[in-house]
Amino acid sequence: METQNSKSPTEKTNVLNTIRNSINKVLNLIRNYFSEVPLLGWFIGTLTAVSLEQLVGRLIALSLGLPKIPVLFGFVTILKHPYLIPSTILYMLVIYILPIVSIARLTVPITNWLAGKLLVLPIFISVIIHLGLLYLIMHLWSGISDYRVLMLRFILIAVIATLSLNVVNGYMGEFSCSHPGFMALGAYGASICTVVLFVDDSMFGPALLPPAIGPFMFPIALIVGGCLASVGAFLVAIPSFRTRGDYLAIVSLAFTFIVKSLIENLEIIGGARGLSSQPNWANLPSIFICAVACVWIINNFVRSTLGKALNAVRDDELAANVMTVNTRRTKMTAFLFAAFWAGVAGGLLAHVLRYVNPGTFGIQKLAEVLAMVYFGGLNSIQGSILGAIGFNILSEALRPLAIYKWIIIPSMLILIMIFRPTGLLAFKEFDVKKIISPKQKQKKEVQNVIASN
Amino acid sequence: MSLLLIEKMTHFFGGLRAVHNYDLEINTGQLRGLIGPNGAGKTTIFNLITGIYKPAEGKIFLDDRSIVGLQPHQIASEGIGRTFQNLRLWRHMTVLEHVKMARYSKLTYGLIGAFFGTRKRRKEEAENEEKAYHLLDMLGIRHLADQIVTNLPYGAQRRVEMARALTIDPKILFLDEPTAGMNPEELIEMMEIIRQINKELGLAIFLIEHRMKVVMELCERIQALVFGEVIAEGTPEEIQNNPGVIDAYLGKETVG
Ligand SMILES: Nc1ncnc2c1ncn2[C@@H]1O[C@H](COP(=O)(O)OP(=O)(O)O)[C@@H](O)[C@H]1O
Ligand SMILES: [Mg+2]
Repeated sequence: METQNSKSPTEKTNVLNTIRNSINKVLNLIRNYFSEVPLLGWFIGTLTAVSLEQLVGRLIALSLGLPKIPVLFGFVTILKHPYLIPSTILYMLVIYILPIVSIARLTVPITNWLAGKLLVLPIFISVIIHLGLLYLIMHLWSGISDYRVLMLRFILIAVIATLSLNVVNGYMGEFSCSHPGFMALGAYGASICTVVLFVDDSMFGPALLPPAIGPFMFPIALIVGGCLASVGAFLVAIPSFRTRGDYLAIVSLAFTFIVKSLIENLEIIGGARGLSSQPNWANLPSIFICAVACVWIINNFVRSTLGKALNAVRDDELAANVMTVNTRRTKMTAFLFAAFWAGVAGGLLAHVLRYVNPGTFGIQKLAEVLAMVYFGGLNSIQGSILGAIGFNILSEALRPLAIYKWIIIPSMLILIMIFRPTGLLAFKEFDVKKIISPKQKQKKEVQNVIASN
Repeated sequence: MSLLLIEKMTHFFGGLRAVHNYDLEINTGQLRGLIGPNGAGKTTIFNLITGIYKPAEGKIFLDDRSIVGLQPHQIASEGIGRTFQNLRLWRHMTVLEHVKMARYSKLTYGLIGAFFGTRKRRKEEAENEEKAYHLLDMLGIRHLADQIVTNLPYGAQRRVEMARALTIDPKILFLDEPTAGMNPEELIEMMEIIRQINKELGLAIFLIEHRMKVVMELCERIQALVFGEVIAEGTPEEIQNNPGVIDAYLGKETVG
């Protein structure tokens, strides 16, 4: 009896282990095969793919029996019409996977050489070239349909919101629930600026300034919204950071509700009916610039010693204090800083939707932002970017499933929490220079080391 | 003029009088010891001086300036570096990051520098890093600079704590049982490091130690603490031969 019982589980684990090992082997092979491809190579591959789609995507889609180009990598098509699965997969292979993979791999010598040459120049030139390529890819990809443009705008805004929450919940290790409140303050702050100053509308009367200068004033409106959110953050921070404990979670949750009901009761800015007729200034380029600025500034901050103090406070606040870190000021500034970016995200969102009401910034928004942070990974820029992209695509892709979507997404979150409690890409440094550098094959590096010894 | 002067410091935890009428005077370059059985109040004395607790009574002067009531980070910036009996490291941070962090109060680039990566910031961070590597060299842990501290063996973690405490350029270094849990080999290395810091940097050191052998060998003057009160103070020989100390401390050890 006993031997039988003890044998069968080990056999099972053996089988599992062999499966896991072979999967790992295959993954490693693939990883090795592409380890030499620099970011530039992937960009050029993707650029080819999206250009190809522009040129012949429609033709190929129709000849494969698809009604139109699958807008979101075919997820929606597959769920709506399961019989189209083979054609969709074929389309993805022909248009995306094959071109990207083959071009990225074939151009390795050229792209590595180019990336190396670019690094000789000041780093910001290389970064700007990479960002330009990235924008071009997004521009071409979204040229197929307005839906894709809208999707990208939402994703980029989500990146800003997620990153800013990651500063508090990831880097600083507190648990804040006030992000919807900050986004609401930012949304209303920015909207009031733009609508009062530049739009003739029924609520605030005629425009006070010529609308022509409006787009140039848009950044200022966003900053006003961000600062308003920071003021809100200050009110949350005073009682929360006085002592240690879980006060922040409770106070910040209360704050979100207070902001919501405050706006509902302020008839002068539309109350529960909301605020509309924001000018259409939050287009793809302006949101892209905001997102890049956000990533750049937050990454600068968290990689400086002043920003690393957040990690010290998180891991051992007392030790941080005894090592000369002004912990209270550190927490305050980080919180206000995070709130600022949440406000900017809110301002952008208001100008994408061109209508906001207090209901936009409730518990559901909180759940979304928290999900993106914990899905992508704590204490990591690339984690937040992945979280924002992954969550938004998933949530769009599962839209045809209607109500089941809200069973699948939380279940996935629970699974991630079990198997990767800190998220998919947690605790990573976002080293821009390393990311855009030319790549060497790992084996070669080892050989070099041996040779040099 | 004394570097650190403490007069009649007393502290209570609820009804428990943890420290009573504690006096201390340390001058530059001295290596002083504090011994006593477990629960005597040694760590509490460190916590009181470094501002983690505020003494109920008494005066504390560092370089003739009163530091009672200051925040721990202010007291640290004034020049008191310390380590902890039970290591207090930041578990997600690398060795280098630990050491750089302790210069927080000396950084002047401010938020603008932190947000926009100004030239001033790059310069200060580079200097900071250079200093950090220097200290890592001194403590023999430079090769571990990029390791997350939780992956390190115990002895190395103790050295990280010491490097970190030295980074704040202290006038005096407090070491709370720096050899706790070490094997004989690590113990000898640690004693060597303490001696070296004291001699080469000319730094005053205030040492809590459980092992008699260590304090006796290192310190020029020793206080013996029992139930929050100093029962004897003097040179290692005087302490060793003090009947009260033998009774309260050494006696116990031979029995146990
Ligand atoms: N934060 C605290 N709250 C209550 N009692 C404490 C606290 N810290 C220490 N004590 C008590 O004070 C006494 C002295 O402790 P401590 O200074 O840690 O002793 P030592 O370092 O000499 O072993 C002990 O009885 C301990 O239980
Ligand atoms: Mg102790």
